[in-house]
Amino acid sequence: MSWPTVKIHVFVTPKKTVLDPQGEAVGHALHSLGWSDLRQVRVGKFIELEVDAGEEKNLDDRIDQYCRDLLSNPVIEDYRWEIASR
Amino acid sequence: MKAAVLQFPGSNCDQDALAALRDGLGIEAGYRWHKETTLGDFDLVVVPGGFSYGDYLRCGAIARFSPIMKAVVAFAERGGKVLGICNGFQILCEAGLLPGALIVNDCLEYRCLTPHLRVEEAGPLFNPASLGPLLRLPIGHGEGNYRIAPEGLAELKANGQVLFRYADAAGRVTEAANPNGSIDNIAGIRNRAGNVFGMMPHPDRAFAAYHPSQDGLAVFRSLLELPAPAHA
Repeated sequence: MSWPTVKIHVFVTPKKTVLDPQGEAVGHALHSLGWSDLRQVRVGKFIELEVDAGEEKNLDDRIDQYCRDLLSNPVIEDYRWEIASR
Repeated sequence: MKAAVLQFPGSNCDQDALAALRDGLGIEAGYRWHKETTLGDFDLVVVPGGFSYGDYLRCGAIARFSPIMKAVVAFAERGGKVLGICNGFQILCEAGLLPGALIVNDCLEYRCLTPHLRVEEAGPLFNPASLGPLLRLPIGHGEGNYRIAPEGLAELKANGQVLFRYADAAGRVTEAANPNGSIDNIAGIRNRAGNVFGMMPHPDRAFAAYHPSQDGLAVFRSLLELPAPAHA
């Protein structure tokens, strides 16, 4: 049988404790544009997935596994994901 | 004495590594394509530099799942020697064979130069007595900024796992001598067991007369426990 598909949005960001040279550079650039209210910029990745929904109770585990195994590196990155649409 | 050089789509220092082993050291060496599932009998596996899989997602993240990597992990677990150079270092970190990770250089630039490296006491194969106190090896990378959590760093130091650190010409480990922002100026490490090595500098680009240094030969010799040539 075929399952309906679910759209997942995954956000991968550098851990708060890890240096983020790209975020710093973007922050400097925004400062130089005159945005003095800016406190911090962190640059991460946004990944869209389309997966077979399967059984609902397995979905969380499956997506977590994608994120841990490949989409993020737990040494330097955090991830979170949300269901964008069904 | 026989060495294997892995090839992934996007590897571009595989030929350098093979030339260093064959022409520089005079040992037998051959390529192993990433789709192969077995390694064969080798004294050393070199994971070369380059841009495997276009550095997509993260450097080394995709190569880590190539079929050959299962054989490399098994080889390392049996005590086989593995050397990751540049992108190879990134792949070994992603594969969990070495601790930590490599992120974008703090200067955000691709750094291409030949820095001095202070040799650390890193066990019987890598130490100032076998290699001399200071080496010069070329680097060429955009993501060589070594990162590890404080407890991991403490462990690396306690176990003598740091191979060398970026230094100035006098061997001083300073912030100015750090080309990429690596924590503690770390340029290369080994695993705890002492058979898996990773380094951003290129010993494979430092063996011939036309290279900026020939210090790469000493690195390969130490690793393979080969005697230094009589005239040296």
